Amino acid sequence: MTRPDRLIAMANQIARFFDSQREGAAGAANHLTRYWDPAMRAEIIAWRRGGGDGLAPLAAQAVDTLIDAAP
Amino acid sequence: MARVLEFDFGTPDVAGEPVTLTIDGAAVTVPAGTSILRAAAIAGITIPKLCATDSLEAFGSCRLCLVEIEGRAGTPASCTTPVAAAMVVRTGSDQLERLRRNVVDLYLSDHAAHDDHGECELHDLAATLGVSESRFAGGTTHAGLPCDESNPYFTFDPAKCIVCSRCVRACDEVQGTLALTVQGRGFASKIAASQDELFLSSECVSCGACVQACPTEALVEKTVLEVGAPERSEVTTCGYCGVGCTFKAELKGDDLVRMVPWKDGKANHGHACVKGRFAWGYATHRERVLEPMIRASIEDPWQTVSWDEAIAHAASEFARIEARYGAHSIGGITSSRCTNEETYLVQKMIRARFGVNNVDTCARVCHSPTGYGLKTTLGTSAGTQDFDSVEHCDVMVVIGANPTDGHPVFASRMKRRLRAGAKLIVIDPRRIDLVRTPHIEAAHHLSLRPGTNVAVLVAMAHTIVTEGLVNEPFVRERCDWDEFQAWAEFVGRPEHSPERSEAMTGVPAADLRAAARLYATGGAAAFYYGLGVTEHSQGSTAVMAIANLAMATGNYGRPGVGVNPLRGQNNVQGACDMGSFPHELTGYRHISDAGVRESFEAVWGAPLDPEPGLRIPNMLDAAVAGRFKALYVQGEDILQSDPNTRHVAAGLAAMECVVIHDLFLNETAAYGHVFLPGSTFLEKDGTFTNAERRIQRVRKVISPRNGYEDWQVTQLLSNALGYPMAYAHPSQIMDEIADLTPTFAGVSYDLLEREGSVQWPCNAAAPVGTPVMHMGQFVRGLGRFVVTEYVPTDEKVGPRYPLLLTTGRTLSQYNVGAQTRRTANVIWHEEDVLEIHPHDAEERGVQHGDWVTLASRAGATALRACLTDRVAPGVVYTTFHHPTTQANVVTTDYSDWATNCPEYKVTAVQVSPSNGPSEWQSRYEAMADRRRRVATRGPVA
Repeated sequence: MTRPDRLIAMANQIARFFDSQREGAAGAANHLTRYWDPAMRAEIIAWRRGGGDGLAPLAAQAVDTLIDAAP
Repeated sequence: MARVLEFDFGTPDVAGEPVTLTIDGAAVTVPAGTSILRAAAIAGITIPKLCATDSLEAFGSCRLCLVEIEGRAGTPASCTTPVAAAMVVRTGSDQLERLRRNVVDLYLSDHAAHDDHGECELHDLAATLGVSESRFAGGTTHAGLPCDESNPYFTFDPAKCIVCSRCVRACDEVQGTLALTVQGRGFASKIAASQDELFLSSECVSCGACVQACPTEALVEKTVLEVGAPERSEVTTCGYCGVGCTFKAELKGDDLVRMVPWKDGKANHGHACVKGRFAWGYATHRERVLEPMIRASIEDPWQTVSWDEAIAHAASEFARIEARYGAHSIGGITSSRCTNEETYLVQKMIRARFGVNNVDTCARVCHSPTGYGLKTTLGTSAGTQDFDSVEHCDVMVVIGANPTDGHPVFASRMKRRLRAGAKLIVIDPRRIDLVRTPHIEAAHHLSLRPGTNVAVLVAMAHTIVTEGLVNEPFVRERCDWDEFQAWAEFVGRPEHSPERSEAMTGVPAADLRAAARLYATGGAAAFYYGLGVTEHSQGSTAVMAIANLAMATGNYGRPGVGVNPLRGQNNVQGACDMGSFPHELTGYRHISDAGVRESFEAVWGAPLDPEPGLRIPNMLDAAVAGRFKALYVQGEDILQSDPNTRHVAAGLAAMECVVIHDLFLNETAAYGHVFLPGSTFLEKDGTFTNAERRIQRVRKVISPRNGYEDWQVTQLLSNALGYPMAYAHPSQIMDEIADLTPTFAGVSYDLLEREGSVQWPCNAAAPVGTPVMHMGQFVRGLGRFVVTEYVPTDEKVGPRYPLLLTTGRTLSQYNVGAQTRRTANVIWHEEDVLEIHPHDAEERGVQHGDWVTLASRAGATALRACLTDRVAPGVVYTTFHHPTTQANVVTTDYSDWATNCPEYKVTAVQVSPSNGPSEWQSRYEAMADRRRRVATRGPVA
């Protein structure tokens, strides 16, 4: 798939904020759930399933949380 | 309705213990400190006056309001004489009559004869006192002196002027510009602007307060001279900035003669600015589009069609796209310039008809971080105070806002309070006017490096925490103590000290510490902030950092304090309240909340998607990726206002149906397939909600020239799309909003008629609204401190782009300028210019007025340079009012981490000499002209 650079950058920005929060990756995952359109989430999940190159560690954790929560 | 004439009590209202006196035999009880003139007016007794008016402090110069007081000698002026208990006053006698006739006779002797447009109080007094001819006629007069016609909106005729000083005092007391003075002495005294200059070239900001104050038509609107005296009026709300001034629109027949700020307007108290008072001519501008148009391709000329054809075409295209690409390929954008009812209908249509939440609003690109930041920390997405609160403020912190340009009427209130002794801290890269203006000087101007707001705010917090300035009782009672402790530990770390931050922020540590101490200990302290806070990659973080500081110092829940976002457009607050964001329904309730969703589904009769939809930048990204195909844009010009113009253009060009609903063929319309003519704020009923959460009526002053109010157009489109709407009046839409929104539960047009306006929350607990929020407790319960770590933006300066560009607005223009560029306001801002420090200019061989190329990683444009030390070395600044400049060609895709609000305020750029407009600008202008072509009526392929 094409590398979703913009979504990766956005996810990393969100992760950077939650790096300093008590909620950590769970907070970032919650943010993605509450504010990202499902198609955007699907795209970042697909990228993560393919390795998630470019995602910061906490962003990758957050996307993993979305993957784990998926039905 | 008939013309609304406001009663003038002569001197301002005052607060005080009740005092009873006798005036002309009648007992009158008024607050101590009230003038006799006002007390008499309250009792229904009119005392003649000329220099007195209740918007200005008493002056006592005209000697007409003389009275006799038992036990006192002489005939004192009633405007400057306060009441006293048991005082006995007589307002009429032979002696008083004779004195007043003499004064009027003298005034008339040097007052040029003129057509009376009903505004000349001197003529009225002469008639009342029976002075028909002056005994002093034939002497030397000021007749023949040239009129000052330089201002596009008003004229000054010194031959009609009686030098009563009302204009001078209005400029001083109401506007706070102090541009006018009485020059000379005795007979030679005259009103002068600045150093005896023309009004246009003086410091005058054309607010019109002097015109409104003038009692003799020496200063009068040119429209009054051209059209004639108004015959009727309607009270309505201004369509410009988020202050939300109330105006009387005064008409003669169907011609709007003038807009006069209404004394009872609770946001503006009778004041206005050059935009609201004067810049309404765009409503009848020749470029206004009044007939619908369609075209098959954006390369085709527009074809004028009937409303039925246009609506049917838009509906069939949306249906076709839905069938081919799915409903998620469709979305809408609501406008902060439209009414609450109109924005509500757009989001309702998108959500209910298409079952998607792809609806967003232009607040995305301005105050969406305010929504996120204040909801997270305090529990709701709104400013905490009313504007009147500023009267109780001891320390103002103005950060990332330029009120004298962006919110001029509120800025006048701020200036008045500052002149009365309140202290000012300005945190801004530029030396905005408030930093140093007549009788005002900021205690501290923290001229920070663009993009370092969070670092500065955290360093302020560090100072407050480590120096023991926290209001611990407030924090323990009102906030989550555990969260506070975590925050205090964070900000207290040595790396967050002002000394350690100085290298990043450019703010001297001693200044920052002093400012923090003043904020924490100076009394009632309030933050006032604007887009210089929100339009950053850390916009939401900065809002939370501000909320933290106010909690730590106990600055909530009473007058004079709080966190006050200054909203850019007239209905930013309302558009956000009305569920315009893709993740929220009205009243900021998340779309995933099943209970909330069900309440809407029951009323709307349609299932709703529980997932958030696309934001504006996400829509454009999806369009470029081929997944988003149709857009309904009401009252916005995203091509000019949104960042990275090339990307916006690519997104729009990738769509198959873009429906533009606007007054003009704006820049976005170059990519439109359907054009639905919009109506101005003068032509519709509805409500706007201003920056202080004040819901105010917009009343139809004239019939919509395009045939429909905007809510009616959306309703037509919705009906054609198969989702029926049958509102007969916007009041019914508001009733539905109130029914579905707890914070609006008590709002109705009947209530607004009774109260004039109300501030939400307005419900059973607060039946006439809530001026100050978070009294007693925060909306979320305990206030939440959030750790706000400074994260530098990814937009870095370097050898190729060594300067930082920050953008903003100017007093005379509004947003993309679509309205104000089509008025005489262009005289003050004919083009966007680039402010650059003389040092940076010299390094580049640039002189004042030279054309320069402004280039970033996103693009380049060319504009003229303005050399000024308002900006620091290393920083350049421009506005985005003119499409020929397209400042947003230069701005980037970087955005706030939480909300995608663009980072307009930080762009790494280079500036270099240029010969004129760039090739891109020339190509763009040719493209825009080509795509504005309108063909004769005919079928569309």
